[in-house]
Amino acid sequence: MHEGAGDPGLYDFLPYRGRPKVVWPGGKTVAVWVAPNLEYYEIDPPANPFRKSWTKPHPDVVGYSHRDHSNRVSHWRMAEAMSRHGFPGSVSLSVALCQHHPDVVEDGAKRGWEFFSHGIYNTRYAYGMDEAQERAIIEDSIATVQAATGQRIRGWLAPALTHTPRTLDLIAEYGLDYTCDLYHDDQVQPVKVKSGQLASIPYSLEVNDHYGFFVYNMSPRDYADTLIRQYDRLAAEGAASGTVMCIPLHAYLIGQPHRIGAFERVLEHIAADGRAWIARAGEIVDAWRAQAGGAA
Amino acid sequence: MTLDPSYLDYPKRRLGYDHDLYPWSSIFARPPVSWPGGKTVAVWVCVSLEWFPIVPSDKPFRAPGHMVTPYPDYRHYTSRDYGTRIGFYRLLDAFAKAGVTASIATNAAIAERYPELIADIVAAGHEIVAHSTDMNGTIATGLPIEEERALIATSLDTLERVSGTRPRGWLSIARSQSWNTPDLLREAGVRYACDWVNDELPYRFANGLINLPLNHELSDRQIITVQQQSADSYAQQIRDAFDWLAREAGTHGGRVLPLHVTPYIMALPYRIDAFEALLQDIAGRPEAWVAPGGAIVEQWQGQP
Repeated sequence: MHEGAGDPGLYDFLPYRGRPKVVWPGGKTVAVWVAPNLEYYEIDPPANPFRKSWTKPHPDVVGYSHRDHSNRVSHWRMAEAMSRHGFPGSVSLSVALCQHHPDVVEDGAKRGWEFFSHGIYNTRYAYGMDEAQERAIIEDSIATVQAATGQRIRGWLAPALTHTPRTLDLIAEYGLDYTCDLYHDDQVQPVKVKSGQLASIPYSLEVNDHYGFFVYNMSPRDYADTLIRQYDRLAAEGAASGTVMCIPLHAYLIGQPHRIGAFERVLEHIAADGRAWIARAGEIVDAWRAQAGGAA
Repeated sequence: MTLDPSYLDYPKRRLGYDHDLYPWSSIFARPPVSWPGGKTVAVWVCVSLEWFPIVPSDKPFRAPGHMVTPYPDYRHYTSRDYGTRIGFYRLLDAFAKAGVTASIATNAAIAERYPELIADIVAAGHEIVAHSTDMNGTIATGLPIEEERALIATSLDTLERVSGTRPRGWLSIARSQSWNTPDLLREAGVRYACDWVNDELPYRFANGLINLPLNHELSDRQIITVQQQSADSYAQQIRDAFDWLAREAGTHGGRVLPLHVTPYIMALPYRIDAFEALLQDIAGRPEAWVAPGGAIVEQWQGQP
């Protein structure tokens, strides 16, 4: 990026109108990917001078134990619902979960899920890291996920969405080829980096379950309706050029007993519709790159 | 500013948790739990019965629902009292009508001030769970251990003296504990606490204390006050939760559905009808075992 400039220079302006046609495999119009965040929040993390972790003195019992619900209860509830309707996960992973709760990571791997890094812990932020420290968390992520799952990570969602001006150049230098941190488009787009190739795959804050429930204060059924509207619109527009819809999830939210049933009806709707290419993040980036060619 | 090198040290990065309070396990890997009479969903109604002094304390923090305006905050003081004088009696009637035996998480100050209210709870057969002293009795790390020990003892002793029974359960204000709380509760003879929301069945802390999770996401405070949804939406969400748990129980063993309600929130005239209808519906389901927290813990303890 152009550090200090008003436009960080991550990409060129490319209006939605008149774009080359992207076609997804099987002639599908919208690529749908589900992104469960499998996270570990520390109970007593060290302080980062730029961002507080817990709002209360440690232990923040509700904050910590709400997130722990994922790793004791709701991960399996969410994962089973996804598997029942044929949705693999592309996991935004706090890689230390491989040490703390390997059963959870293994469950995702057995279901054929793809893993990318969401940092070491969701309570350790990149703000204030120097280049060596940032390289260390990237190298740690690659090695940890490789050891736990055999997968070489291809993507990055910054831990707790904390970035430095170097992050995108560094992950591309290490051979990662997609980022989930940019929200400027409904299609896969190239990102300008110093070396290597990096694509931005649409993730989403707007239809993230966290935003749905705690920013927009939706009921479970309202959130399900939001996802269906988002899907229906992107599936229709994708006939002109293939779009991408991401459903970013946190098991401790979507896997609560009052929410999971409404969410399962969303998966049913998308699976039955016929216009969706239900895929993993890496497959979507590959299919896009095969069409965008060397220009990207 | 560059981060200290220790920011990349992870001394607790290991198998299991980054603390030793309780061990990890997945609810889906445990032996199935069963409830009396072949029922599969234990429905646990827990009411917070609170007294807010009009002079609030911020040490260690101000309780949710506490005073807001400059002194004297008649608006909030009396609105909370409305819950105790009017709303709570609406709830007692609703419980009687639906055949619900509930847990009443009670501030000790309620017992000191309104012993006749405690007598009404006891006469109806509800369980009293200790819920601190009054709404200035918040707990968090930083509260001196001797003060916390005294707060717990005062709460339990007062409720025992007035109700005739020593409470076996404990609910902290805002579910907030310090590092010392689990051991202090154990030392005071508490059998179960309700503060940690990480599970949907009881489980045991390393020190022997049982945690019976009182899901804050399903509380009237969260759904109605924080998320600003209607009583009808709340009732719909609880029904959806019940349906899901009843189905899950069919393959994985007994489940618990906790309903955490607050008199000054749920028992207003325009909300109580929806809540009464919900209680009668849920209590009448063939899968439902409506029981207070202590009974659920006891059933759970008696199983392998």
